[in-house]
Formats: sequence, structure tokens, C-alpha cells
Amino acid sequence: MAVAQAKQDLTETRIAALDMPGGAGWAAEARGAALSRLRAMGLPTRRDEYWKYTNPASLTQVDAPRAAVFHAGDEVPLYDGIDRLKIVFVDGVFDADASDDLSLEGVEIERLSDAMAKDIHWARDLFGVLETAGQTPVARPLAALNTAFATDGVVIRATGRVEKPISLVYLHRAETSDAILHHLVRVEEGADLTILENGPAAARFNKCMEISVADRAGFHHVRAQGRDHERRAATHMFARLGEESTYKSFTLTVNGVMTRNEHVIELTGDDAVAHVAGAAMGDGKTGDFHHDDTVFITHDAVNCESRQVFKKVLRNGAEGVFQGKILVKPDAQKTDGYQISQSLLLDEDSSFQAKPELEIYADDVSCSHGSTTGAIDETALFYLRSRGVPTEIATDLLVLAFLDEAIQEIEDARLADDIRLRLQQWLERRRKG
Amino acid sequence: MLSIKNLHVKLEEEDKQILKGVDLEVEAGKVHAIMGPNGSGKSTLSYVLSGRDGYEVTEGSATLEGEDLLDMEPEERAAAGLFLAFQYPVEIPGVGNMTFLRTALNAQRKARGEEEISAGDFLKLIRAKAKDLKIDADMLKRPVNVGFSGGEKKRNEILQMAMLEPKMCILDETDSGLDVDAMKLVSDGVNALRDEGRGFLVITHYQRLLDHIKPDVVHIMADGRIVKTGGPELALEVEQNGYADILNEVA
Repeated sequence: MAVAQAKQDLTETRIAALDMPGGAGWAAEARGAALSRLRAMGLPTRRDEYWKYTNPASLTQVDAPRAAVFHAGDEVPLYDGIDRLKIVFVDGVFDADASDDLSLEGVEIERLSDAMAKDIHWARDLFGVLETAGQTPVARPLAALNTAFATDGVVIRATGRVEKPISLVYLHRAETSDAILHHLVRVEEGADLTILENGPAAARFNKCMEISVADRAGFHHVRAQGRDHERRAATHMFARLGEESTYKSFTLTVNGVMTRNEHVIELTGDDAVAHVAGAAMGDGKTGDFHHDDTVFITHDAVNCESRQVFKKVLRNGAEGVFQGKILVKPDAQKTDGYQISQSLLLDEDSSFQAKPELEIYADDVSCSHGSTTGAIDETALFYLRSRGVPTEIATDLLVLAFLDEAIQEIEDARLADDIRLRLQQWLERRRKG
Repeated sequence: MLSIKNLHVKLEEEDKQILKGVDLEVEAGKVHAIMGPNGSGKSTLSYVLSGRDGYEVTEGSATLEGEDLLDMEPEERAAAGLFLAFQYPVEIPGVGNMTFLRTALNAQRKARGEEEISAGDFLKLIRAKAKDLKIDADMLKRPVNVGFSGGEKKRNEILQMAMLEPKMCILDETDSGLDVDAMKLVSDGVNALRDEGRGFLVITHYQRLLDHIKPDVVHIMADGRIVKTGGPELALEVEQNGYADILNEVA
């Protein structure tokens, strides 16, 4: 189907404002192919079914809308007490001085541009490959744009049990920065790697991570998206899982005028496990809040397990969206698929839209999904107040309790506690606001 | 201590009068019991005093040590020294029992302009009080009332009372759902809190709780009013003859 003229114009205008970075032959080819994909799909508009609940206009326009920089004051930074290897990006540009030395046992880390300059590199088998696979059956044009034009990123290859997490820190300094980052992660057979991400990255952030998890390998991911009220983000995690491998991802989102987080996961080896979770807390009082979790999990092997747990707390006109799909292919017998999306609306101005989907072609599977929207439990609130807890603190206790079901999905207890502490501090600060 | 005068209360949602002129004085150091048949307004009285939504006071007053209770938010009433032990304690998944109690205790202290209790002192205090009520460490760590048996929930109410040290305690059908052993444990917990400076209002359907928590004064409530007041012997009369005789007598 030809791309409508308006869509074509939108796409060409955006492309014209971007420069394609150079690289080795294979890299240029991959970039070129991504550009062709983008042109064939066209950038998304509100009229696309996949963007029915989220208006992509601010993500596709040429200039990034201005976003004030949030100052955390004397707060202790996230993951502060956790021994990790830090890789810092400032407004989407790698900052070598602020980053740790990139050598660590069991893992090779390079800057994307360095890898792409080499004629022979494993990145060739991954760069744009999972993104391309993830374009069917649903188009993800912002990811194709990312592959074509990403200016920076890291490529990480884990060959053993990596002792400490790799921590990607995204600092936002310039009010109109527009960052496009692309990371590649390859976890080799039997290896295990944890990636942490935190920070808003830029006024507008387009991030793509392609993750290949080999047989019996493990990938763990904990992310916090920063608190800058006006920041915008469109992120994609494309993952392919081998036999008996594990993929676990958790995202915390507080504030942010626009966020669209997509997970596209293929379970291609038997007995693989994929868990994705998210906790989002939006307050429309400090600027619009729109948060969209879009998940697409394909079961293409026997006896695999997938689990989606997404919780949102929304107030003062904040908007939440969940689109989650489990696709079970004909041979994916013994699939165990679970999906839950829940929102807690603290007032009548806030809204939550959920579109859970199951598409099952195998006959011996167990799949369930659920979605709920509710107000605060008045009985619990009264009980807490009757013991002397003021309404605001009582509400926060119930909010934390609600989000905790998603936080419990984090396997590493230290990381889970750090996320909890962060939320408590943020709520406290908000109360004192 | 607690002074209720000519209290009239109706349901907010519908035009139904529940309390039709309640007068009651509970002095410090005394235990008053309210008995009465179902639907007489006993529980409504406890809800209105603690500040639950859904009720409208149309006439009368309720004060605690001279302070107007009806004008306060539920948390302010708690900080002023009022405590309601719920007939049906609420389960709150995800909120730890300890976190809940420490938050409550510190919020009350803060509201009264007192120092917050340190984590160490709090732990010592709650361990000692929990031991008396046979509440183990596991119950303290679990989410508030989640998965607790009926008896455990009621013991947990008394633990909260012991920790918060209110001036005026209202017990709403605390005996419901308790077996004999649990009743003894709960009553012992309440009796341990009896003190010259503290008043109690024990709402109950049956006399048996009053065997354990000996009241100074017994009131009979019917159709939104207190219809008869007497000593502990009044509770025995109810036990033997039911409410019908008393109600006929005052009708």
C-alpha cells in the first residue's frame, strides 16, 4: 500500500533534517536498508491503529520540543550504592571523562561508532536485524529511523557471568537536545549480564536496544526514565531468546510529558523465559503526562514462559496506555503466557486505556490476561487515617503498595530496594512540594 | 473524657435517621459498655465518632476532653487520642504491618508536636507489646491483616491500641469471630491498658466479652437511643432474658 502523501511529507521532512553517520560498508548498507524501511512505512500518525491511544506528533516533528532540565538537588543518585560500570551520555553523546574504564572481565564494550567502522565485527549480525524482524506484523517506524540515524550508543558482548551491572547513565543538560541512541547487546551461551539505565537523556530521546540472548544465557534490565517533566521518549527493546535463556526487564517511569516504551520479544529456543514489568507514576499537575507501554511477545518454541506486569498510578489528568500482545505460533506448545495491566486513578480527570491481545495458534497452551482500572480503596484509606496517618501519606502508602507488585518482578533485591527507596523519596518530595 | 450530647445522625445517601438523640458521658478511667439488638445504631455511633464518610450529623455534639470531635478529620481525631478497634479490620496488601504502625505513631506524635520515635526504639517497643499479645515476628512483617485469621486480626487491633496509647478507646464488637482462647488474649490486652487516664467504650452484642472486660457502666441502645443505663448486672439481665423484656419495659 502506498504511503499517503501527508505521511510521506512528514517522513521526508524529518529525514531531511537528519544526517546519516558514516561507517564500514556493512554499516552503511544496514543504515540504508533502515532508511528504505522507514520510507516504505512512513512515520506514525494518530490515524495509525498502533498509535490510536498515543499521539506521536511530538515524536516525529523535526525539532524536539523544549524541555526544562530537572534539578534533583542533594538527592542521592539512583543505584548509588551499587557497584557498577558507568557509561555516561550527555544529551545523547558519550562522555568518556564521566564514564568508567570500559574494561571488565567477561564482557567487551565498545562505542557503536567504533564497532561500525570495522569491516569485520559481530555487530553486523545484530545491528538492525532484530529491529527488522520486529517490523512484522506491526510497523515500528521510529525504530527504523533510529537504526538509520542513531548517532551514538554502545555495543556490549558478554561472554561469561559479568560480576557487576553495566550502568547506562543518560544526562539531560540542553533544553532542546534531541538524542538518538542505538545499543547492541549480545549475551553469549551461558553468560549473564545486567544492564541498568537511568536518566531522561535529552529533551527528546529515541532509543533502540537490540538484545540477543543465546542458549542458557541471562539478560537482566532495570531502568528509570528520569523525572524531567517535559522530556519525551520513544524507546524500543528488541530481543531474541535462545533455549533456556532468560530475559527480565523492569522500567520505572515518573513524570515525562510523553513516553512510549515498546518491547518486542521473540522466544525462539525451547524453555526460554521472558518477563517484562513496569511501574509508572504520572501527575498532570506538573505538566502533561502520557505514558504508553506497548509489548509484543512472540512464542515460537516449546515450553516457554512469558509474563507482563504493568502498573500505573495516575492523577491530575495523567494518561496511561497499555497495548500488550501475546502471539503463540503453531508449534509453540506448552506455552505459559501471562499478562496483567492495572491502573490506579486518583481522580476523575485521569485516564487509562488498555488493549490486551492474545493470538494463539497452538492448542496446548495456557495464556491469561487481565486489566483493571480502579480508584483508591476508600476503606483502606479510612483505616489508615483512623490510626492517625494523614490522607496524603496514607494515599502514598497505598500507591507504593500498588506499584510494588511490578517492583517485585525485579530479581535482584538490592535493585528492587533501590527503586522502592527512590519512589518513597519522590513521593515525600512531592508531598513537601 | 468522651461527651456525647443529643447526637442525631442520618445516612448521607438516603433520608434515614440512625441515631435519634444519643447522650453519653465516658469518664477517664472507666469502662462503659453499650449493648443492644442488631440495627440499634451501635456501630454507627462508633463510625460517626471516628469520622467515617457517609454519615451526616443533623443535631447534637461529641467532644473529647472538650474538643469538638465532629469538626476534625479522622487523622486529627486519632492524634487527639481517639481509637476505634474495628469490627472488621481492613486488609491492606502491600503495606507492611510495621511500616504502617511506625507511620501512624510518628504521624500522631508529629501532629501533637512531639519528637518522632527512632527506628530502634520503635522496634524494641513493638516487640515487647507484640509478645504480650502472642503476635510473632512474621505477623509484624506481613502486610496489614492480609491472610490473618479472625483472632489474629483482632489481636492486631489491640496491638495498634497498645502502641498508639490513645486516651479514649472504642471497641466495636471486638468479640465477634473470636473463640474462647482468642477472647481471653484480646481481653487481657485490653485490661492491661486500663488506666486512670483512659476511657473505654465497649460495643458488644453479647454479655460474654464483659465477663473478661468488666464494665463500670452498661447502656442499652435501641432504635438510635440509649434506653437504659445501669451497672454490670444489666448485662447479665440481657444474657438471661434477651433484649425484649428491657425494650418492653422502656416502651
